[in-house]
Amino acid sequence: MRPILLSGHERALTQVKYNADGDIIFSVSKDHVVCAWFSHNGERLGTYHGHQGALWTVDVDPTSTLLATGGADNTMRLWEVKTGKLLKTWDFATSIKRVEFSPDGRQLLGVTEKRSGHLSTIVVYEINPDPAAEQTNEQSLRIVCDESKATVAGFSYMGKYIIAGHEDGSVSQWDAKDGEYMFSEQIHEPDMQVTDLQWAPDRTYFITASKDKTAKLVSTNELRVLKSYSTDTPLNSAAITPVKDYVILGGGQAAMDVTTTSARQGKFEARFYHKIFQEEIGRVRGHFGPLNYVAVHPRGTGYCSGGEDGYVRVHHFDKAYFDFMYEVEREQANL
Amino acid sequence: MAPSYENLPIDDDDFDESQIDFTDLEEQYQVRLDEGLDAFVVVDGLPIVPDDNRPKLIKFLLRKLNSVGKVKDDGVFMPLNDDNKTEGYAFVEYNAPSEAIQAVKQLHGTPLDKKHTMAVNKLTDIDRYGREGRIDEEYHAPQIEPFQQKEHLRSWLGDVEARDQMVMFHGDKVGVFWNEKEDAPEVVVDRDNWTESFVQWSPQGTYLTSMHAQGVQLWGGKAWSRQKRFAHPGVNLVDFSPSEKYITTWSHRPLQVDENHPVPSLSLEEDGKNYIIWDIATGKPLRSFTTIDVPSTTDAEGQPVKKKMQWPTFKWSSDDKYVARMIQGQSISVYELPRMNLLDKSSVKIEGVMDFEWAPATPRRDGVKSYEQLFCYWTPELGSNPAKVALMSIPSKEVVRTRNLFNVSDAKLHWQSEAAYVCVKVDRHSKSKKSMATNLEIFRVREKGVPVEVVDSIKDTVINFAWEPKGNRFVLITTGEIPTQSAVPPKTAVSFFCPEKAKGGAVGNFRHIRTIDKKNSNAIYWSPKGRFVVVATLQSQQSFDLDFWDLNFEKPKDDKDDKEKELTANLQLMSTAEHYGVSDIEWDPTGRYVATVASAFRHHMENGYHLYDFKGQLLREEHIDRFKQLIWRPRPPTLLSKEEQAEIRKNLRNYSKLFDEQDLAKKNTANRQVVELRRRLLLEWLAWREAQVQMLKDEGAEIELNGGVVHKEAEDEVEEVEEIVEEIIEETEEVIG
Repeated sequence: MRPILLSGHERALTQVKYNADGDIIFSVSKDHVVCAWFSHNGERLGTYHGHQGALWTVDVDPTSTLLATGGADNTMRLWEVKTGKLLKTWDFATSIKRVEFSPDGRQLLGVTEKRSGHLSTIVVYEINPDPAAEQTNEQSLRIVCDESKATVAGFSYMGKYIIAGHEDGSVSQWDAKDGEYMFSEQIHEPDMQVTDLQWAPDRTYFITASKDKTAKLVSTNELRVLKSYSTDTPLNSAAITPVKDYVILGGGQAAMDVTTTSARQGKFEARFYHKIFQEEIGRVRGHFGPLNYVAVHPRGTGYCSGGEDGYVRVHHFDKAYFDFMYEVEREQANL
Repeated sequence: MAPSYENLPIDDDDFDESQIDFTDLEEQYQVRLDEGLDAFVVVDGLPIVPDDNRPKLIKFLLRKLNSVGKVKDDGVFMPLNDDNKTEGYAFVEYNAPSEAIQAVKQLHGTPLDKKHTMAVNKLTDIDRYGREGRIDEEYHAPQIEPFQQKEHLRSWLGDVEARDQMVMFHGDKVGVFWNEKEDAPEVVVDRDNWTESFVQWSPQGTYLTSMHAQGVQLWGGKAWSRQKRFAHPGVNLVDFSPSEKYITTWSHRPLQVDENHPVPSLSLEEDGKNYIIWDIATGKPLRSFTTIDVPSTTDAEGQPVKKKMQWPTFKWSSDDKYVARMIQGQSISVYELPRMNLLDKSSVKIEGVMDFEWAPATPRRDGVKSYEQLFCYWTPELGSNPAKVALMSIPSKEVVRTRNLFNVSDAKLHWQSEAAYVCVKVDRHSKSKKSMATNLEIFRVREKGVPVEVVDSIKDTVINFAWEPKGNRFVLITTGEIPTQSAVPPKTAVSFFCPEKAKGGAVGNFRHIRTIDKKNSNAIYWSPKGRFVVVATLQSQQSFDLDFWDLNFEKPKDDKDDKEKELTANLQLMSTAEHYGVSDIEWDPTGRYVATVASAFRHHMENGYHLYDFKGQLLREEHIDRFKQLIWRPRPPTLLSKEEQAEIRKNLRNYSKLFDEQDLAKKNTANRQVVELRRRLLLEWLAWREAQVQMLKDEGAEIELNGGVVHKEAEDEVEEVEEIVEEIIEETEEVIG
């Protein structure tokens, strides 16, 4: 099906997210504005104004009541989804690179940037799911990453662990209750930044994307690499599709090199790989800048991608997507 | 890896340096100190004369000695013995060491009269080698190494599946691979830093050539061991003779060979030279040459015209018997192999000669029984003389055929692979010099008297031309006037030509088959076996077309039109493909596959290769970072006789049935393996997932097992609201009455 082009942003997209029902897409960009869109037709539902700098990250709680954002104005903010009201602003010394709600929506995690003497940290706040309630200023947990700065982080199943990806290509695990460091593994090439970490629906495994041109499927408990997907371009994002066993990878040449190259050479395509067989299945063209984020509909019926070119492209999968099966999968399905 | 500072071994205090015997090292690495005697030579073999005649002899000697340099005043010292006679030798001091070297080079061994021959040596050499004990007094016969069986250099031809090999150069790695069609090529050998600039096969595929700062190396055999080494510091290009007997190396920098810069197997003879022609079997240089500087010319606006170097400069006759070099505008020097002497001791003077080409095969002319090789050359209009194209027979140096041409601005010589035809593509300008047109002058070399057929139906400029190998058809590409200051290159047209059908197996006149307009194509690649041709667009920013043509297409009988009945071709476009960034096209030597390469030598966009079959069907594509070269390994000419080949062709159907079965069996095994692997992966995955779900159940993870849905507390009070929306699509009012 023809993709829907969401052209409401003036600058590069940094993150796009579906809500739990999959009917709304939230997008943040370097133009300071958060947008909410209807996923089925691309109509804009509304915007959230208030941030004073480029936005890096957005997340919505499982009930689609609260929205969290973080950006280069060194604040993390909480909004009411329905009204667009700013509920809470937390101030930090450096910018916020990643926010994520726990699976039950009662905790919020933020990753702060390392800059001017401040180390990168992962902070956690308890969240009251009632929009009318006063939110706490007190951090329930504060993890300092002194070895290599954290670039991405998230909660495992049941909010048991916090998993973080680092600038040096490693992935580490903490106990989310008391912040105790468990262990870390060198998942990607050394000094190749982990650029994204997205969860499988039940959060027992996740996928990481890296500048080393690979994406890896990693188990939550042991941080064991289950599968590896190698491409020919640095990756910015990777997502796991429900329903079908695929993964979607997005990336492309670094944004700073883009002006010197043609769109064709930049490899600005979303790539579909088979999750289990690790083989490339197809590519989707369209962006004329690197893909900064890919997000999958929670029901697995479509995906959207946010690009450096300032557009969000929303795709709904065709029948062929669901019909496609490897011979051995068909055998298994008919058992 | 170098040991770090901390890991350095601690000095052993018991170590005593004086205990070590260094004499062997001192001998090996002995340094020749500058003795200040470099300007001295010793002249030996002089007549023995009494003291009275000494000044006369010195005067006579000085005449010779001063021919290469300036001897210092009183620079000749001729000692006397007790009988007041000279000793037959003299010490001579030149003004500069370089002159002394010249004296040794040029005067050594020159006869003075019938009895006396002068021996000139450097004083330092006499000192070095002449001292007692330095050279053994007794003769020792040189040791002859026992014969060692060498590897079979053509073992690759015995491949059971008759696969072809190719060399690939990417990054710093050079590898030789078996072509496996759609599957990944099978590695034969893969080495890091095998070459410094590029690789090249010898013309019959025996050797792989690697280029280094120190020279050229040839590799081959089953183990890919080094077969030969040719030291030529700073070498840029190499060229083989057609039968792989000789090799030419060239460097833009003149060679420097002297005592302080010794080069293995090169002598002072090679000093200052650019080209060396080597014998491959012995690894020894045969003769060396310097580059001839072409006087720079200026174009109409007075800008200096950049001369393109002609490579190969030394062109080989098809049988390796002759090699020739042209001095532009003056002459062609033909050298005889293996002695490398100038044929008849003189160059062939051809005033104004612009270009020449040897026949690529030994020609078979009607009525000529004796052995000959032919080359074709052309000269431009000189004064009132017309431009000329001529064929010269070697060794007789007889001009076999000439043809006068007018209004010629440029000409290109194209031999057909069997030397049956030579086509001269003549670019002609109109009298006003404003418009250009191209004529083809086709010399039918095999026919009596070498008749020339002219194809002058072409209106535009021909930018490319190619004969069908072993055939008599050709393809050419024309382009219209190039509009000035246009960024877009002009459209081109591709034309196909073939001879008319004629009685009795004779080759009829060349006729135009078809022209395809509005193309961007600029390159023609015939299959080495003929019949199929790829017309492509190379080095373009916008277009990357590859058109696969068949000239013997078997059409259904009733489909033929009358016009084509008279022609010896049936043209059909089989397939069109596109390869982004394609820069090189290579047919495999059997004409079964075509490899197209986007080389990092040209650009850095999507480097890699595509592999097509002769029909133009894409078999395989691979993107490889910094991919530079893919070259098929050439095959030597077949050893089968014509009859044997015909027999095989007749039974081709039976053979191909067998091959198809083999292919199928191979594919099935491969497929089965892939399916097995996938099945295993899938089962492993499902088992792991099951364990994870069980783990979640044990932990009591409700949300995750429920697909991440968090129940809102207010969910009990869900109220169902039914909304009915009526939309009026159309309203019409009718007046009834």
